Amino acid sequence: MSQTMRTFGLFAFVALLIVGTGFVQSWNSALLILNMGLVSAVMALGVNLQWGFAGLFNVGVMGFVALGGLAAVIISMPPVREAWAVGGLGVMAALALGVATIALAVWLTRAMPKGRMRAVVMLAVLVVGFVAYRALFDPATDAIQKVNPALTGYLGGLGLPIVLAWPVGGLLAAGAAWVIGKTALGLRSDYLAIATLGIAEIIIAVLKNEDWLARGVKNVIGLPRPVPFEIDLQQDPGFIDRATGLGFDVTTASTLYVKLLYGAMFAAVLIVVLVLAQLALHSPWGRMMRAIRDNEVAARAMGKDVTRRHLQIFVLGSAVCGMAGAMMTTLDGQLTPASYQPLRYTFLIWVMVIVGGSGNNFGAVLGGFLIWFLWVQVEPIGAAVMDLVTAGMADGSALKTHLQNSVAQMRLLTMGVILLVVLRFAPRGLLPER
Amino acid sequence: MELLNAFVVLANFVLIPAIAYGSQLALGALGVTLIYGILRFSNFAHGDTMAFGTMVTILFTWLLQSWGVSLGPLPTALLALPFGILGCMALVLLTDRAVYRFYRAQKVKPVMLVIVSMGVMFVYNGLVRFIIGVDDQRFADGERFIISVRTFKAMTGLDEGLAIRTTQGLTVATAVVTVAVLFWFLNRTRTGKSMRAYSDNEDLALLSGISPERVVMITWLIVAALATIAGTLYGLDKTFKPFTYFQLLLPIFASAIVGGLGSPLGAIAGGFVIAFSEVGITYAWKKVAGYLMPEGLEPDGLLQLLGTDYKFAVSFVILVIVLLVRPTGLFKGKSV
Repeated sequence: MSQTMRTFGLFAFVALLIVGTGFVQSWNSALLILNMGLVSAVMALGVNLQWGFAGLFNVGVMGFVALGGLAAVIISMPPVREAWAVGGLGVMAALALGVATIALAVWLTRAMPKGRMRAVVMLAVLVVGFVAYRALFDPATDAIQKVNPALTGYLGGLGLPIVLAWPVGGLLAAGAAWVIGKTALGLRSDYLAIATLGIAEIIIAVLKNEDWLARGVKNVIGLPRPVPFEIDLQQDPGFIDRATGLGFDVTTASTLYVKLLYGAMFAAVLIVVLVLAQLALHSPWGRMMRAIRDNEVAARAMGKDVTRRHLQIFVLGSAVCGMAGAMMTTLDGQLTPASYQPLRYTFLIWVMVIVGGSGNNFGAVLGGFLIWFLWVQVEPIGAAVMDLVTAGMADGSALKTHLQNSVAQMRLLTMGVILLVVLRFAPRGLLPER
Repeated sequence: MELLNAFVVLANFVLIPAIAYGSQLALGALGVTLIYGILRFSNFAHGDTMAFGTMVTILFTWLLQSWGVSLGPLPTALLALPFGILGCMALVLLTDRAVYRFYRAQKVKPVMLVIVSMGVMFVYNGLVRFIIGVDDQRFADGERFIISVRTFKAMTGLDEGLAIRTTQGLTVATAVVTVAVLFWFLNRTRTGKSMRAYSDNEDLALLSGISPERVVMITWLIVAALATIAGTLYGLDKTFKPFTYFQLLLPIFASAIVGGLGSPLGAIAGGFVIAFSEVGITYAWKKVAGYLMPEGLEPDGLLQLLGTDYKFAVSFVILVIVLLVRPTGLFKGKSV
């Protein structure tokens, strides 16, 4: 079977799974899976860019996804004028001072000769900078957080359309990736892994604790939407006419319509990213990337700046993840920093890329849909299996209750087994790189 | 007096907790560093290996408690620990047989093994959550304190109290014994020497007739024991929650890298460096400074450099600094 046939067949199979969900469960759940599948596919493309093209081991996907979510809040929420009045200037000044301190320290490292003198001056600059920063920062954030803490207590956003947050989320993630790449790339691959793992945890810690930025664990809810609200559609006579004309119940029709709109927007983004990734893969640049991945020494000998190229693709891939994160937050309509878990937002994306086929863009997209489908459906399937297993046991026995309550944990186990089986028997994934 | 009081506060809130936490990190980092030295990959499943061993220990603790067995002032978990270690050993040996051996035979790139360990991590994590659930489990029993604040104040007549919890004393004692046994094994026994030889130069070790499979098996056994001990001590000292163990991965890796991957001595040093910086930077120094500063100059603020939620940031920053300044770590580790 040729690769094209195989690609086509596997995509048809996944489409069948999702359509099957529509018939067996409900069309709403099928569309939910489809929408998150689209977002997951974009994330998987981002990781594939880094791992599949360049062999960079980034386990900080969660952090970049969360930065995208932050962008959604910053762009779309209305600004809280009172908070800006009491502390906006202070926070901005403090942040500027922080950046200036670090810039000065970096400049000193370059400008001064190595030795004890440099260490002392550096330390002095950093300590003075930190104290001054805290002196400006703390009162400003306190003031901001006191502004109507039940509803706002943060600076708010820019009040722009939320779709703008998608590219901005990409930019934010790219900025973070540049900083981390500058320090960790060029070292061993394990070090990049640990460094990205760390930066992701730090980004989540910042989102959880800096209430002035996006309310921390109090969450920002009710983000503006790029699509109409269901409730408005249900009262729109034109929509009611069309829905009943097609033989739908108005409530169902409105939920489906909204999800379809989201789906169309996400699909557009996915297609653009996929086309660009495909073009990149088959361009001289893509061939160079893969050549660097396969033999760094030879690439160096040919005069390629390996570290620079790695930084380039690391930033690009992270930007794609950040964009997907902004899309996801748009779909959820809220930013809940406590819900970001590395197993779900970093390692699951990795499972998608590996199972789909690293180095193959279609493979990553396929993995995104397939693994997301399984992630959602393992729970009901597991519950059914567990009912069967425990059918013979006495009702109310401790083991039976325990087993039935543990079904929710089946997901991780299943994902691990799938990853291990694929790595063992099809190490190049379902759609291998050509 | 002021100076003594300041020291007691410092010991109570910084030194003792950091020494206990550092011992736990050191034991964890030893496991990571041994796997790195012998099997040559960064084991992402280490946190969950710790969680699994601890879980088995907890289950046996409950069993013993239900039989009415106890160690008096010491926690029952100490009696259950050997069973936990055996359970964990069985698990890792099974994993090695079923998963890692295949890739070892193929001599795949280390990064491939890291990805495989990601799959193992998922499975372990799922297993632990499946068996014991995701909630906090407290399993410490016996005497709570070696010295409580009240008795310390009565003994010394100082204003400030010093409390040493049984679990903290136990952590340090167990860690010292474990590390002593480990170093004796690595430096004095034939098997230990063959392990170090294998870690230094695989080909030469093979030429001198060392069986690689045996070295790998013994490594896994030691790692299982270390992981279970580290996990149980951490669980006794704080609480057991599967997700926390997964998060321990970052400080543990930071400790191993700061010390120099592949160097056991470095892992211990790294563990304490990370623990002291984490506790020191997130501690509010107001009280200590209050005793040390002259009258009238006491600080108003908390003197806390960073909130406790940023402790990950601390291990991360130290990690980055070490990577930039000295990529092989404090003690020269491997740099593959």
